This record gives sequence, structure tokens and C-alpha cells, in this order.
Amino acid sequence: MQERVKKPQFDVVGTRPVRPDGVDKVTGRAKYGADLKMAGQLVGKVLRSPHAHARIKSIDVSKALALPGVKAIVTRDDFADQASEFVPAGEMLINYRDVVRNILAREKVLYEGHAIAAVAAISEKAAIAALDAIKVDYEVLPHVIDEIEAMKADAPLLQEDMITQGVTPAPTKASNVAKRVEFTLGDTAKGFAEADVIIEREFKTKAVHQGYIEPHACLASVSEDGSADLWTTTQGHWVKRAHCAKLLGWDVTKIRVTSSEIGGGFGGKTVIYLEPLALALSKKAHRPVKMVMSREEVFKSTGPTSGGTVRVKMGAKKDGRITAAEGEIILQAGAFQGSPVQPACMCAFANYDLENVKVIGFDVVSNRPKVAAYRAPGGPISTYGVESVVDELAEQLGIDPIDLRLKNAAKEGTKAAYGPKFGPVGLVECLEAAKESDHWKAPLGPNQGRGIAAGFWFNIGGETTVSLQLNEDGTLTLMAGTPDIGGLRASLCMMAAEELKVDVHKIRPIIADTSSLGYNFLTGGSRSAFSSGMATVEAARSIVKQACQRAAKLWEIPEEAVTWEDGEVRPAGENAGKHKPMTLSDIGKIAGKTGGAIVGYAAISAQGAAPSFGVHIADTEVDPGTGKVTVTRYTAIQDAGRAIHPSYVEGQFQGGAVQGIGWALNEEYIYGPDGKLQNAGFLDYRVPVASDLPMIDTIIVEVPNPRHPYGVRGIGETPIVPPMAAIGASVRRASGVRFFELPMSPPKVLKAMKAAGKA
Amino acid sequence: MAKHHVTTTVNGDPVEYLCESEQTLLDCLRDELDLVGAKEGCSSGDCGACSVLLDGRLVCSCLVLGVEAEGRSVETIEGMAQGDELHPLQRKFLEHAALQCGICTPGILVAAKALLAKNPDPTETQVRYWLAGNLCRCTGYDKIVRAVMDAAAEMRGA
Repeated sequence: MQERVKKPQFDVVGTRPVRPDGVDKVTGRAKYGADLKMAGQLVGKVLRSPHAHARIKSIDVSKALALPGVKAIVTRDDFADQASEFVPAGEMLINYRDVVRNILAREKVLYEGHAIAAVAAISEKAAIAALDAIKVDYEVLPHVIDEIEAMKADAPLLQEDMITQGVTPAPTKASNVAKRVEFTLGDTAKGFAEADVIIEREFKTKAVHQGYIEPHACLASVSEDGSADLWTTTQGHWVKRAHCAKLLGWDVTKIRVTSSEIGGGFGGKTVIYLEPLALALSKKAHRPVKMVMSREEVFKSTGPTSGGTVRVKMGAKKDGRITAAEGEIILQAGAFQGSPVQPACMCAFANYDLENVKVIGFDVVSNRPKVAAYRAPGGPISTYGVESVVDELAEQLGIDPIDLRLKNAAKEGTKAAYGPKFGPVGLVECLEAAKESDHWKAPLGPNQGRGIAAGFWFNIGGETTVSLQLNEDGTLTLMAGTPDIGGLRASLCMMAAEELKVDVHKIRPIIADTSSLGYNFLTGGSRSAFSSGMATVEAARSIVKQACQRAAKLWEIPEEAVTWEDGEVRPAGENAGKHKPMTLSDIGKIAGKTGGAIVGYAAISAQGAAPSFGVHIADTEVDPGTGKVTVTRYTAIQDAGRAIHPSYVEGQFQGGAVQGIGWALNEEYIYGPDGKLQNAGFLDYRVPVASDLPMIDTIIVEVPNPRHPYGVRGIGETPIVPPMAAIGASVRRASGVRFFELPMSPPKVLKAMKAAGKA
Repeated sequence: MAKHHVTTTVNGDPVEYLCESEQTLLDCLRDELDLVGAKEGCSSGDCGACSVLLDGRLVCSCLVLGVEAEGRSVETIEGMAQGDELHPLQRKFLEHAALQCGICTPGILVAAKALLAKNPDPTETQVRYWLAGNLCRCTGYDKIVRAVMDAAAEMRGA
């Protein structure tokens, strides 16, 4: 008997066609948030707090409203207060009581840049004059920026009624600690007792911004009957519709939201800032209102991700088996509760198959902008600490860092500390690919070092709707509702083309508005290619079924006597009679005469999202004269499940890795003693530029997700998880010094090297 | 104060617009001429999303005043393709998947075109330093650099 390993063969999946939205993006034709113009539109601007913490005694807009050309002003008085209610936003939760206070301050301003009022005027000049004429009477309060300071009993309180959740018995006194979470597995005391080596370390990371190049922007137009059109740059227009309807007290159906092309999001465009203000201003002014943030507003007033303190203790036997792991993770939430501390805790030790784990997390408010999701929210922060300790364990035990990880790697059947048992996962395959790579074996130069780290992200599914129309000439139109940030439309068309055996360029995709398609949860949790892909396949299969029905009708034979093979509808066997097979193009042409348009529609809640593990190798060179760290070689290895369009999968690996490199080496929010952000611009908040970097090599590992028709796993977030620890380990070997704080910027590195006698 | 009347050339066409003293060339292109291919990412000359050529020289149009375009020649992303024929850089960006969200792409294409006009055979390092004024947050620059090198090779007939 001959055995054959059957590897699926695809015509389209796994190839690299030009993306359908590409030409518009290289010719300047694509329309982003700030690119739409409506007749009679007004300019909307926001007045923001100059103080880190102050009570608002009064807001007087009368003089501003009387200025020529000023058409409307909104303040806290234009939005009803909201009850405390948590709703999902990507992998994070938001509370409407806090959201209504974040879009416009009520009792207090809680950070520099906190919105206080919004104006709509006939010109930018008139709008700025109006902002200057609004009188706000503040009682300035003491502020607190650092999360450890904010936890102290005598720290200035942001919310006077905040009682820490997750603590029994409940505290009687308010504090800045919103929540305590804990995950345990086994008995860590027993595990540490068995260990030959124990390492305990504390790490600090700084708040970093998503840094999308397109600032937040929207254009709202509300008619006299309350029907509203909203054009906005967003990762989720249905979710934004819901938030706006809730805050404005309007019916959902009244608000039609169109997502513009989106100029980067990385989680940061899952949140509302300008949209409810633009809608409220437009309703008052009876004219369209366009609002665009400046870069300074983006830095000061929109969500970075948390900085934090991570304490890690791990123990291992001489043979490298990890016997116990403990973590304590304290994350900044910004001015309102809701840091990604929960996923940070859940991710912390997810790379490993461990018996004894304990992770505790604290969600801490301070006078900073409210954090927003940023690519694998929380994961990179806890993983930086844990993977750095794993590297140190390897060093102390004299075991190769890949071998140590292989010995402990999570695999199918591993029970994660946060609950579930993993299905098929690809961490071992990624580690093996790393070990086999040319990079891992390549020699290093003087002052160079090599580091490696692993990373994990959960990924999600969720509500998704796709419509696929067979046109009268056999071409197709695909409507999806998850905004496309990095090649989604290409992947969806490829999956549809694979199913339908049509040329991928005969399918034109659009991202539909909220009135044209059923509900779609936002693009987040690396869910879009997975979930919209699943819905696309279902819609395509519905088209096939309908095509068979039409042929059966035309041929006057039962439906069961028609089959779909090689892109054709054919009579099934001799008994079905002699009929000429028909392509989708033929079926499209006769659709009108055989029952009307053929539309495949799938409205699903996608289940079966599978995690993606990745392993990054980083080489750095450290200049002993300046402390400057240069990344000289980098390889990102990750399990994609199945790469639909490999170029865009590689692109996610590369982009995430480079954001992580920025986090490791350059990026940080810097506050002065006055509680004000000192680097709210791209000159001083330095994201990596082309000359900072080498090529980013990629290795795509494919361990298919059994729950997706093509095996897709979400891949967008995992690539930002391993870089900081990989670079930290690499700098350790290049400089001889181990760092416990990010970013590893030149002054810090030089100081530490001098102290250690290495520079 | 009355607006300034500016007569200039944009992508080879004679154009006129009225602008305020403080309006930037970027504002004028976008708001007065409806050429929104150049993007505003920072308005401080740090991100390069607004890159255009002014008399053949690469500039951030957010750092040039609208009135400074008087009597000069401006080239924007909208003028890069010739009819149906994409510029080799545009084609290579598509083939190499050198864009994800695409917001930085117009500025990077304009900047890369200026580089290749000066230096038809740049090294990887020269491409990286030339493009250091153009931020891209999605791609990590790998595919962008490859696309520029490949376009340069094709344009040289290599």
C-alpha cells in the first residue's frame, strides 16, 4: 500500500497577486479620513486641558458663541451622563460612564489634552478664535503620573469613588487601583522548592503610542430629521455607530457610518474620540462638520498602551525543566480604568507547558491619556519580563536558549494557566525553524550579540457578515465589513476565488457601510482574515449551491443531479442527462431568467480562532563609546496556520517586529514634573526610520487551524510580542550588561556599561 | 487681509488659487486644489507623508507656504502615472506588497522618485538614508526598500 501525505493544493491561496485596492493607494486616489469634503462643511476643533489634573468649576462659551462664523459649541452639558456599563472593544472592555467623560470632561480634567469643549466654525481661523474665547475656570489639583506612585495610599485620587475590584474583602477606601486579577495553576511554592535555580527580576516599560501615520479624522452630516452620515477612519464602524448612538441617545439606524481607507490603527482606532462631537456639532449647526486631529492631539489625547512594572520569578531544574513561575504585572490604565492587564497576565507564561503558575495583575489609573488597544494589548509587556528571565535561566543553566524553550514549550494539549487547553499550535515548529535558520548559525562580529524570544497571542473571531454577489457577466462583488488595514481585501478575494475557481481579479471587494451589510465587530484581535475569510467561504459556497439550483432548473433535472467540479456546474453522472457544463459566468448571465440575482450571504459569529506563536531572532551591535544599539540582523518566525497572501503575512511579521524594535530602543512617553507630556511629536517621540533598520527576514510556519476552512490563524498581533526580550537578550550578549528597563536608549545603555566597566 | 493670488504649475498644468498668508502648500494642494494625495501626518516636517517636488526638489509641503509656490513647479503623487501607465516605482510597490495601510505611500513614492532622479543606482544604505524622512509604521520598510531597489534596476535597464 502506498502512503501519501496529502498536502492541500491550491490555485490561488498561497500566491501573491496584486491587491485590489493597490492602484488607488499608489496613485493618491484612495480616500482616507481627512480626504473627504462636503459642500458647506464646517471646521470642528477641540479645546483641551492644559492641566494634568483639575476640577472644572465652570465653562463659559457665551463669548465664543457670539464670535462671527462660529456655528455651534458642545460641552459636557450636551451629553447625558451614562451608567457604569462595560462593553467589548476588541480585546478590551470599555465603560460608557468613562467614555462619556473621556470624549468631554465633566467634573474634572484628568490629563493634559483631555477634551473640554468642541466648536464648529466656518473656517479654521474662526474655530481657533472660538477656542481662545471659551472661558474655563479650573481648580488645579495635585497629579500623579507613575503607576507605582499612583498605588500609594496618599496619592492624589483620580476617581474619588474607585474601589478596587477583585479583592476580598472589598476595600473600604477609594484608591487608584481599579482592579486586581489573578490566575493560578498548581502550587508555585512546591514548584520553587523543586527548583535548582531561581531567578527573580523586576522590569519597567514605558507607555508607547501606536503611532499610526494618519491622525484621527471624521466628517459628520446630520439632517433635520436626525438622519446622520458619518465618514471616519476606524477599525470598526459598527462598533463606533453603537458608541455614538449610545452617547447621543439616537437610534442606531439613524447613523450610517462609512469607514474611510484607514491610515494605520494597530488597535488605536477602535475607540471613539471625535465622532460623537462631530455628530453633535453637526446636529446643532445643521451643516456638515469635519474634524481632524493634529499630531500633538494624537499623542496627548488618544490612547497609547500602558507602561508598567513587571515582576517575574521563575525556577528550573538543572536539566532546564521549569518547575514554577510567578508574575506580578502592574499596568497604567491612563485616566480611566481598563488597562490590558488581564491579557498581559494571560499571555505572560502562555509560551510554556507549566505545572505551577501564579500571575497577579493590577489595573492602575493615573493622570495620563486613557490607554487604547495596541497590537496584542498587554502581551508584549509581560512577555518582555518573562522571556528575559527565561534567557537568564538559559544563561545560568548553560543551556542553549532554544533548547530550554523546546524543553518547556506549549504544545497541543498544554493547559494554559488562564484556563484552556491548546489545540494544534506551532511553537515547537517555530523554535525548530529558528534552530535550523541560517541566521541562528551565522557568525557575529565584535560588539555584537544575538538574542531570541518567543511570543503568543490568543486571536478572536466574532460577529461577521459578508455578501458576495454574482454579477450578470459572471464577475463578482464582495462586501465585507471589517476595515482593511493591511491587505484584507486581497486575502478575502483570494479565498473566494479559490472556492469559485474564478480569476481573483474578477472579484471587486469593498468595505461596506453600516447600512449596507449586517453587523460586523471591529478589526481587532487579528480576527479579520480569519472571521471575514470564514464568512467569505460560506458566502462563496452559497453561490455554488445556488448555481447548482439554477442549472437544475434550466436543465429540468433534480438539484441532486447537479454537481460543482473544477469551477463548473455539471450534470452528475449518466442518469442526469447530457447537458453542457456551465461556468459561473454562464450562470451569472442566466440568473435573471432563472430566479433573479444570485447573492451569497453569510452572517456568522466566527468560532474557532486559534492562537499564533512566534519566535524572533535579533542581532544587535552596541557602540561602547555612545551606548547606541543598532539592530544588524533580524528574523521573525511565526505560525500563520495558512498564509493566504504570503507577502501580507510577511508584512505583518516585519511591521510588528519593527514596532517592537522601536519599543525596545527608542519610544517612550516622557512627562515633566508638571504632569505634561514633553515629546508629543514625531521628532521627539522617535519611531524607527528606514536608516535605523536592516531587512527583516521572515519564516512562515504553517500549522493549520483545524477550525478554519483554509487553516487561517490570526497573525497581526503576535509579531510585536517577542521583539523587546529578543533585543534585550541580544544587547546582553553584545554589551555584557543585562537591562531591565525599556527603552534601551543610548544614555541608559552607556551609563550601565560604564557602571559595569564595559565602556 | 485679502487672500493672496498664486499662479503656479502643478503636475504640468497651470493653476491658480487664493490662499491666506499662513496656509501651507499642503493646505493649498488639499483644500484649494482638491489634490489630497499628499497627506498631513504631523504638519511639522517629521513624517514625510506630504512630500512633493518643488522645482524638482523634494520638500515637505507642510513646511512650504502656499504663496511660495508662485511661479514655480509642483509635482505631486497625482502626476506620477502617465495615463494608464504606472510609474515603475508605483508598479514595483504593488508587486512587492510595499504598502499596507498606504497612508505613507504617496510621500514615499514621491521621495523615491526624487532619489532615483539624483542617483539611479542607489545602494540599500543610500535608499534607507534617503527615505529616513518618510515614516511608515506598518511595513518595517523591508518591502519598501526592496521595491525601490527593484524599480531602480528596471529603470536602469539592468
